[in-house]
Amino acid sequence: MGEIVLTEVRKSFGGVSIIQGIDLVIPDGEFVVFVGPSGCGKSTLLRLIAGLEDTSSGTISIDGKDATRLPPAKRGLAMVFQSYALYPHMSVAKNIAFPLRMAGLPAEEQQRKVEAAAKVLNLTPYLDRKPSQLSGGQRQRVAIGRAIVREPAAFLFDEPLSNLDAALRVSMRQEISELHHTLATTMVYVTHDQVEAMTMADRIVVLNAGRIEQVGSPLDLYHSPANLFVAGFIGSPKMNLVEGAEAAKHGAHTLGVRPEHIDIADEGPWKGMVGLCEHLGSDTFLKVDVAGVGQINVRVGGDVPLRHGAQVSLAPQADKLHRFDAKGMAMA
Amino acid sequence: MAREATKGHKAAVTFLAWGVALLIFFPILWTFLTSFKTEGEAINSHPSFLFFDWTLENYETVNQRSDYLAHFWNSVVISVGSTVLGLIIAVPAAWSMAFVPGKRTKDILMWMLSTKMLPAVGVLVPIYLLARDAGLLDTKTGLVIVLTMVNLPIIVWMLYTYFKEIPAEILEAARMDGATLSSEILYVLTPMAVPGIASTLLLNVILAWNESFWTLNLTAASAAPLTAFIASYSSPEGLFYAKLSAASTMAIAPIMILGWFSQKQLVRGLTFGAVK
Repeated sequence: MGEIVLTEVRKSFGGVSIIQGIDLVIPDGEFVVFVGPSGCGKSTLLRLIAGLEDTSSGTISIDGKDATRLPPAKRGLAMVFQSYALYPHMSVAKNIAFPLRMAGLPAEEQQRKVEAAAKVLNLTPYLDRKPSQLSGGQRQRVAIGRAIVREPAAFLFDEPLSNLDAALRVSMRQEISELHHTLATTMVYVTHDQVEAMTMADRIVVLNAGRIEQVGSPLDLYHSPANLFVAGFIGSPKMNLVEGAEAAKHGAHTLGVRPEHIDIADEGPWKGMVGLCEHLGSDTFLKVDVAGVGQINVRVGGDVPLRHGAQVSLAPQADKLHRFDAKGMAMA
Repeated sequence: MAREATKGHKAAVTFLAWGVALLIFFPILWTFLTSFKTEGEAINSHPSFLFFDWTLENYETVNQRSDYLAHFWNSVVISVGSTVLGLIIAVPAAWSMAFVPGKRTKDILMWMLSTKMLPAVGVLVPIYLLARDAGLLDTKTGLVIVLTMVNLPIIVWMLYTYFKEIPAEILEAARMDGATLSSEILYVLTPMAVPGIASTLLLNVILAWNESFWTLNLTAASAAPLTAFIASYSSPEGLFYAKLSAASTMAIAPIMILGWFSQKQLVRGLTFGAVK
């Protein structure tokens, strides 16, 4: 149905190379998330798949057919935009029906499909309203409705939740995940938010400066980051990265240890003073200044009675250490 | 901090606005009043404002001497025709400049505008000769073509400014939804730009209605619009202010009425993009 294969895809804008040779296979039905810092080329890559930008070189095939030079309308994909991109002059029903109208479907069939989509997305009471009379979450649902009525080979999402407030973002995130389970259609989702990436993806593609840094399941990336970039990007709070003598002790150029993999011990190897101390109830986040190592972030249980200025001794869990060589690549 | 306008300040601004408006309106009022005077009264060196013997004789004479309706019809055909033709050309042109600009788009826009800075008389001879050889002198077709050309830069510029305000993502969404280029322009862009297109249409109908250089130079009788109708009363053998005023009032009345009813749309169109 919706397998997408990218081969050596490159894109430059006026001599500036944005996408630098991407090879990627997205199997049918998979939920893939492109994640990376702003300017890494994730949105451009999505737009190349959509056909809204032309590739400079390389090929894109969708469903086994070469789609590199096909216009967006012919690729059989549906896209949900960050700004929702609803047609402001059309009612919700007309917005959802627009792709069907363009496909020349008979009016009764259009109406039947619009009503079915509206039911799935809880939009039935709003079908006669204009987009300006809807809340942000409802608008995003209309945009998704417009995408699902087409029964596309794959859905493309370009940071669809960025304009929503935090609470709504969590519930829409779950709705999109559930939609993926129901439809079992390929979804390609772009975000800069690693929590969205971790919670929604079957596979995450970490992009940096137009290249793929690593592709893997969320837990793969968390447990075995291929390099320093992925190690620093995935996980919150960020992984502690230690260089110098302490790293050399473990035979590495850089030593990485996640905040949640450090215990407070009576006799740990790292001794220091607690700086910032944040009690969240469920967790406690500490910043500890360790002599000869640097500032270390620690995540411990909620009931740790530590305060600013306290002396602690820290013990990183030996089996959870990440070692990186001088080039920043993970060592076996 | 909100600025508090004092009562005195408000009164002064209101007074000034009325002053400016009356100053602009005065010649029209003068023309209107004069059209109801006798020729003798009209050239009186002590003109009376409202207290004179009102008469309709000028309108009678004008209607006997010339065919107002024929000129009116010519004006309608020429102004509406040139505006609609201009829009048909300008909508796709402005679309491409606003949404798929090339390296030279800004230069082309400036070049189009620069043609408006050229005095029209500078190209009178070539255009006159072209119209003559094409058999378009004193025809409505000829004037529609010339006025389309003359106003096209303004139409393109106005539409370009409106289109720039429309988010490109909405057009991209239409493309993803399977819209062809023509359905994208027809079903998405044009309906969204209706306020802009309407004010462009109105402004250009008014400009074309009032255009007098080309209409006077390229017509004689059969295609002459209302501008030529007015001009025929400012004859070299002596000015007849009252008859000229009656002709002018009849010529500008339709466009004044149109402007009156569409002033909201016009003001909105002309300030569109300036304030969001």
